[in-house]
Amino acid sequence: MPHLEIRELFLSFGGIKALIDVSLSVEKGIIHAIIGPNGAGKTALLNCINGVYRPDTGRIEFGGHDLTRMKPDEIARLGVGRTFQNVELFRNMTVLQNLLLGRHNHFRSGLFRGGVHGYRNPEEVDHRKKVEEVIDFLEVERWRKAYVKNLPYGVQKRVELGRALCMDPEILLLDEPTSGMNVEETEDIARFILDIHEEIGTSIVLIEHDMGVVMDISHMVTVLDFGNKISEGPPHVVQNDPKVIQAYLGEEQERERKTA
Amino acid sequence: MAVTRYCTRTYLQDQRIFPSHSAKISLTLFVIFLVLLPAFAGQYLLLVASLCGIATISVLGLNILTGYTGQLSLGHAAFMAIGGYTVALTGEHFHLPFELNLILAGVVASIAGLVVAIPSLRLKGLYLIITTMAFQFIVEYVLLHWESLTEGERGIPIHAYSLFQLNLDDRSQQFYVVLVLAIAATILTKNLAMSRTGRAFVAVRDHDIAAEIIGVNLAKHKIMSFIASSFMAGIGGCLYAYVYQRITPEIFTFMVSIEYVAMIIVGGMGTVVGGILGACFMTLLPQFLGLIFGPLSSAYPFMSSRLGAINIMIYGMIIIFFLLFEPEGLFGIWIRIKNYWKPWPFKY
Repeated sequence: MPHLEIRELFLSFGGIKALIDVSLSVEKGIIHAIIGPNGAGKTALLNCINGVYRPDTGRIEFGGHDLTRMKPDEIARLGVGRTFQNVELFRNMTVLQNLLLGRHNHFRSGLFRGGVHGYRNPEEVDHRKKVEEVIDFLEVERWRKAYVKNLPYGVQKRVELGRALCMDPEILLLDEPTSGMNVEETEDIARFILDIHEEIGTSIVLIEHDMGVVMDISHMVTVLDFGNKISEGPPHVVQNDPKVIQAYLGEEQERERKTA
Repeated sequence: MAVTRYCTRTYLQDQRIFPSHSAKISLTLFVIFLVLLPAFAGQYLLLVASLCGIATISVLGLNILTGYTGQLSLGHAAFMAIGGYTVALTGEHFHLPFELNLILAGVVASIAGLVVAIPSLRLKGLYLIITTMAFQFIVEYVLLHWESLTEGERGIPIHAYSLFQLNLDDRSQQFYVVLVLAIAATILTKNLAMSRTGRAFVAVRDHDIAAEIIGVNLAKHKIMSFIASSFMAGIGGCLYAYVYQRITPEIFTFMVSIEYVAMIIVGGMGTVVGGILGACFMTLLPQFLGLIFGPLSSAYPFMSSRLGAINIMIYGMIIIFFLLFEPEGLFGIWIRIKNYWKPWPFKY
């Protein structure tokens, strides 16, 4: 049974068609990679799932709800976690505060209780325990009380992953978790993604440019090119699909034809 | 030494407001000093101290809205006016007791806050500023021209009133009422800032799209912040009415709104201590300037008309100075001084 199902999704910005008839289903508990050249519409697709963009037509079904009619915060409450390509953390807050914000929807107290009880609110301690588990999991203990703006980029990416994990998501949307990282940091993140998959069992939708990572950890790969879905299947099948090769190396072939 | 001092065993300990005892002790001493102030301070000094306290309450409200949630408002004085006039009208017509009046002022002002908040949900930055400014001018206009209700420029006198056994005609007893409310407002704001809602406010300010994607309902939090802010403004306005014993539209002009924004800029945006410092600084500044320019203008009478303008100039210059050189305000300076003395007597 598919966990997240996208059917015949169209999205356009004025005259530019960002997504054309994209259908996709993500099975429960697998790592599903979305790849494609720059501008293929990968991030636009994630933004549609999140409710940041409203698709022209089509349906996105998740747990019996149609996400295309919902607001981003309602979608988050259903258990859709997300990280961004460029880190979108709250830079003037500490790592702890960022992660506690990830647990925002698991709190019950509102304005009044917050004002009266403050840090003595027993909920704060309960959620702090949960946050500490995530800190432990992602090995960011050292930076617990550091301000995010002072952290190295690689750690920021890890904290952002942590913030999404704090939401207790049923599905995680990761937008290029390894962009701008060195080999070692990339390996760390790949290991964390595998750990999340194995220990927590969250379904993961992964946009990634590093083919090594995609081929090693993903179970399914979908390839987008200029808003069209051109291929789908297990990594080794997609790797040898002539359409995919053409999308990535198209120019090369054209030049060969000219010289021939 | 430093390591053991900050050693914590539980998460609750780790979340405390004051990690060390010295901060708690110095704060307690400061509160004791304030409680003893009426014993040796004159009437005028007590009035100034009360005004500082009232400014603190209102500015903490504006700090919730502008400092934490990032919704710049130029209509804070209008909310104070609504609180103040509520008290004047209910007090004069229905003779309600002080404590009920106080709550009523806050509630009516926060209803006004809700009314302003709903159309403001879709507005950001400059457009929101213009909306709140428009609200300020509307309220000012209504207060001036709805004479059957507000008596226009003459304003409404507020008669003797009492809280339990306290007689609020007396400056020192007024001061105690303001002090208690200011402390309550401080604790409430600090607690709020450290709670779930406070974190969500800052998230809305720093990055609204990211906040929405982790599940923060933007509309709800903006409205909550408007309501909390205007509630405190209403209470501030109510206290102004009691301290001045007459309420006129001149107490709540557009200039006052700007002054309140200046307070949080000078004090430090989005910090409770900064709000208090800013409120006291901007309330005391005209007093200091008066001390300097008062004798000057009596010595050189031909300059006295110009010296008034110099006051406003210095006001403006201080705001520009803080924006340019100390964007974190007095709170930033305070933190720097604290960090400088932390390793004393060693260099680092």
